[in-house]
This record gives sequence, structure tokens and C-alpha cells, in this order.
Amino acid sequence: MGKVIIDGAIVDNEWARLEADALEAGLPDGKVIVPLAYWQENRDTLMTRGDVAVWLAPGEEPKDLADDLSALSLVAIHFPAFKDGRGYSYARELRTRFAFKGEVRATGDVLRDQLFYLARCGFNAFEVREDRSIEEAVASLKDFTVRYQGDVNDPRPIYRQA
Amino acid sequence: MYVYQEHDQQLLNERVAQYRDQTRRYLAGELSEDEFLALRLQNGLYIQRYAPMLRIAVPYGLLSSRQLRRLAHISRTYDKGFAHVSTRQNVQMNWPALEDVPDILAELADVQMHAIQTSGNCIRNTTTDEYAGVNPKEIEDPRPWCEIIRQWSTFNPEFAYLPRKFKIAVNAVPDEDPAIIGVHDIGVQLVHNDAGETGFQVWAGGGLGRTPMTGAVIGEFVPWQHLLSYLESILRVYNKYGNRDNKYKARIKILVKALGADKYRELVEEEFAELKDGPMTLTEAEVARIQACFTDVEYRSDVDTSELDALLADNKAFNRWYHTNTRPHKQAGYRAVTLTLKKTGRVPGDISDEQLDAVADLADKYSFGEIRNSHQQNMVFSDVAASDLFALWQELDALGFATPNLGLLTDMVCCPGGDLCALANAKSIPVAESIQRRFDDMDYLHDLGKIDLNISGCMNACGHHHIGHIGILGVDKKGKEFYQVTLGGRGDRESKVGEKMGPSFESDEITDVIEKIIGLYVEKRLENEPFIDTYERIGMDPFKEHIYG
Repeated sequence: MGKVIIDGAIVDNEWARLEADALEAGLPDGKVIVPLAYWQENRDTLMTRGDVAVWLAPGEEPKDLADDLSALSLVAIHFPAFKDGRGYSYARELRTRFAFKGEVRATGDVLRDQLFYLARCGFNAFEVREDRSIEEAVASLKDFTVRYQGDVNDPRPIYRQA
Repeated sequence: MYVYQEHDQQLLNERVAQYRDQTRRYLAGELSEDEFLALRLQNGLYIQRYAPMLRIAVPYGLLSSRQLRRLAHISRTYDKGFAHVSTRQNVQMNWPALEDVPDILAELADVQMHAIQTSGNCIRNTTTDEYAGVNPKEIEDPRPWCEIIRQWSTFNPEFAYLPRKFKIAVNAVPDEDPAIIGVHDIGVQLVHNDAGETGFQVWAGGGLGRTPMTGAVIGEFVPWQHLLSYLESILRVYNKYGNRDNKYKARIKILVKALGADKYRELVEEEFAELKDGPMTLTEAEVARIQACFTDVEYRSDVDTSELDALLADNKAFNRWYHTNTRPHKQAGYRAVTLTLKKTGRVPGDISDEQLDAVADLADKYSFGEIRNSHQQNMVFSDVAASDLFALWQELDALGFATPNLGLLTDMVCCPGGDLCALANAKSIPVAESIQRRFDDMDYLHDLGKIDLNISGCMNACGHHHIGHIGILGVDKKGKEFYQVTLGGRGDRESKVGEKMGPSFESDEITDVIEKIIGLYVEKRLENEPFIDTYERIGMDPFKEHIYG
């Protein structure tokens, strides 16, 4: 079992993110994160299971999940490449527009140098790329103490911070 | 100017530490080239043809003399003793060592400077009129709004990995476009409504580069309180829907064009409805705090202008410089003075370490210790008392910064081009020099009047060739350098993209071509008619015929 950062702590990763082809043989037991399309096709049965989460690829927006969010404890946003920044806006929308209170997890090409920004946009969980040190990555969440803008964790911009 | 508070400084210090560690990890092999690329670009560091190039941010072009001296020191210590003023009002160093960059950043942070977001696919330095705050035609000083945008865009976590670079400019002059907002990703035009309240007409989707176009009005009147919420809405739509498959189609202009301005506006309004009146809403106290930073110049009310007229009457050279390189000022008794960095034989926009020090001294002596960079790659002393002009002129003349060619043909905008830049298809500096040498008669240049000639070494258009009345673009044809000419671009009263004249020219032909274009203008112009007006009156065909016929 790999490790994941959740709320600033390194813990065991209980969830497995599955690509579409891994689901052709059917849904495995245990906590799994499935693609949006698979979720949408099997929505009614998956809803009842409670240990199924959904991941969004770039181009798949939180609004596609809007009606299901109350049934989900985790939404993952996948970064095939760290330079594709759509996921930052998606996480923000999940938190602010849809008031999603569950776990928002970054998966894929997740690297320490992006973690601070990701956290500010609403991600609270990070599957750091396996060939990189997760211990070093977690430290980067403290890279900055000053923020000009409000963010998901504290909506006050600098001019409203006391 | 804006003076850092403790938290601003703290942020910079933390940034230096972060970048120092990123550089260390890269050199230790812990970061791949591609991973480090994105990080160093967000810090203005390019790897160029011969060496790295570091682009240092100069927010809306404004510098203190202390900052200028620090740039001199950095160019002397870490570079080859030269700095280059860019068309984003920034400063570039062309020879720093990658390993030295963290130390350079620490030196910059010490004087409230940095290189944050001067490159990369993020929000770049916000630019404005280089005469902002003293321009008698502006309705309000745009710099406080630039500073507000600077803070919002600095390390904005959501917009650090945009589809492509993103440039914002602010203009406060009605019926003119000194900040060329029409060709920016977002252009912000300060306006007052009938009740006299400040707001912004917001443009989006302009840009130069490979597919040049002017933007469309997205927000007709955005009240000042909502400026940041509105900008954030535009950016979020772009971040979500901008093209990420093809970098040549990734700028916001392509998206606005594809969707149409009305659809784009609709998407923005949807986001804005959610953000409006939220915590991003600007407060009167914050705007007042920032505005107060820009009203710190204490003008004298007793400037003696009695000698000026006599000096202007007696000294032809001084008179020419006065009428060419200085401008009217909001404050009676003062002028804004432009230092032209365009003397023949010098790379346009280049300035040496010793000259930077000398300019800093002159700024202290004559202009309240402040300097601005212009997007035309010159420098400005914004607040010179009329009684000091003659003395200042003499000192500038000795430094080579009083060439009376502001706005004339030889005041060219020119990118570093193939001599330095890895992206360039062709050299641009030798072309500029060749044209300057051909047009070396100052009387003739003045007779020709205002002509904007802009040169870019490739279609990325750092030399803004599209908006030159005459534009020159370097292109590569089977490994050989060629030059394409555009006519009719504008970056003055309005922003307008020029039209391609025809097939391109070899490097040894281009100066002759420019001379012929000018020759035809002289033949066709009406009395006192500037080049661009003649062009707009007679059109492209006569020029085409004259050159290719």
C-alpha cells in the first residue's frame, strides 16, 4: 500500500484509482476511485456502495458531478501532466461553488513544487508521484506564510486579513 | 511608488528560499529538465542561445534610484555590465549563470524587486502608460490599479499553470491607447460613469504573437469594487477552456474568437455572479492605502520658468530636444522627460552598469529619485522642474541619452533577436543598426515626423512589429534569414495590427526597402501629414507597387 498526504499528514493510501480498462472485468472490492464515465454509467448501483469515489480528467468538470456530490466522500482530480492547470479551477469550484466537504485528492503528475498552490485551491489530499519523496513534498506545504489572495482555506485577501 | 510592508518583504524572502531550493534540486538531478523548465520560467529564467537570460520584473515600469543602482550592481557582478529594457517595461540580463540566480534574487529582494512571473504560462507583469500619474490627459492615475492587480496576480494559486502566458495592461487616457491595451490578453480601460464613479471597461482576447488581433469589450462598465472579481472570472473561464493541445492556439484571443465575445461574456458573467460582492470585493480603505503610495511627490509651486524661453530661443539643439523628448505635465512648471536609449550604434533598449548608476544619480537630482521604463524601451524621468531642464539636458547629452528622436523613425522598438535569443528566426539588432545608420540626418528624421518602426526576430513578436506603423519580422527560410514587412499597424491613438506588404526580403535588402517606403511617403504626403495618416489615406497598393512593381 502506498502513501498519501491527507490534511498535512503522511498516511496509508486506502484508495485505488482505476483507469477505465482496469474496470472491464468488473468493479473490484475495496475503496476505489473510478472514472467519471464509469460512474455515470453505473451511478445507481455505485451510489449505494459507499466506498466508490470518482476522478475527473482534464475537461471533466465538477458540474458533471453536481447532483452526486452528497453521496461522495472523495473526488479525485487527475493531472496527466503537472502543467495542465485546469484541475486548480476544478478543485476551487468543488469547494466554493458546490461546497463539497469531502476529500479532494490530486493524483497523477503531482509534485512538491505544485503542492502549495494545489492546497490553496482546495485539495487536501495528494498522491505524490511515486518516484519522488513524499516526506519532502509535505514540507512544501509550508513554503509560504504570506498570501495576497484569499483562497479556499481562507477567503480573505490581504486587505481583509487582520 | 508602492513601498513594501513587512508581509510583502516576507513573501519575497520566502520566494528566494523556495527558488534557491529548486535550483539546488535541479543541479542535484532531483528535478527533470521539464519540471525545472516550468519553475525557472515562472521566475523569468530562460536558457538562451549562449547563456541563460533573466527577466527581472519592474511592476508597471516604475523603479526607484536605489533599485536602479542595484540593477547596475547585479549587471556588473553577475553579468557583462549590460541590462536591457524590454517591451513589458521589465529589465533583462543576458548572461547570468544559472547557479547565481538565487543570489541575484536575494540581491533583488533586498530592494523590493524580484523576477516572479516574468515568464511562463502565468499572469505576467501588468503594464501601463509610462507617463501614468503625470499625463494631463488621463482621468485618474492608473498605477494604484496596476498595483492592486499586481498583488492579486502574484502567486495566484489558481492561475500559475494557464494554457499560455497572460498579459494585462491598464490605460487611463481616453481616446488614446498608450498602454496598447487593445493588443493585450486583458486590457483595462479606466472610465468614469455619469455619476463620476470609477469603473473599468474590460477588454479581452487581444494579443500579438503568431495570430495578432485586437481584443473585444467583455465588460462595458465594471465598478471599481469588483475589478479583481471580474478579472478572476475572465481568468477562470480561460483556465478551464483555453486550448491546451496546441501552444499556438492556446492564448485567450483564440478562445474569445472561437466562442465569440458574446459567449465569452456569458461565461464570465456566470462566474462573476458568484464572485461579485464576495471577499474579493475591494474596499475603499485598501484603494486609498494604495493610492496614497503614488501621491508622495512633493512638487514645488515656485518653479521659475522665466529662463527657459530664452534658452529655448538661443539653443537650437536644446530646443529640438525639448520639443521632441519632453512632454507636458499635470503639474504647472514640470515636464516629463524621456531618455532615449536609441542612439545609433547602441542596441535599442540597452544600458550599461555605469549608465544605470548615472541615471540613478540624475533621477535623484532632478526627478524625485524615480525612473520609469517605457514599452518602447526608453526610460522616463516623470517629474522634472522646467528650471532644471537645461542642466538635465546637458547631463543626458553627455551620457548619450538625449538623442532627440523620441517617436521618430530611429526610435525603434527591437527585440534581442538572433544575436541572443534562442527562439529567434533572424537577427534584429543589426537590422536596427543598419536602418539607424542609413537615416542618420536628424533634420531629415524630424522632417519625416512620427513613425513607429518595430522589429521582431520571430513571430513571438517581442519587438511588437505588428503595431509598428512599419513592422519588420524576421523569418527563417531554409536556414536563411529573411524579413517580412508590415505597414499600417498602430500602437498610439488606437491599437491596430499592420498588414503584410508582400514577399519577404533578404537581410541586405531590408534597409533599402525601408528607404523606398519612406521615399514614397515623402512623395505622397500632404502638408504636415504623418506617415500613418498617409498610409491610411492611400492604402497598401501604392507601397506594394513601389516596392515590388
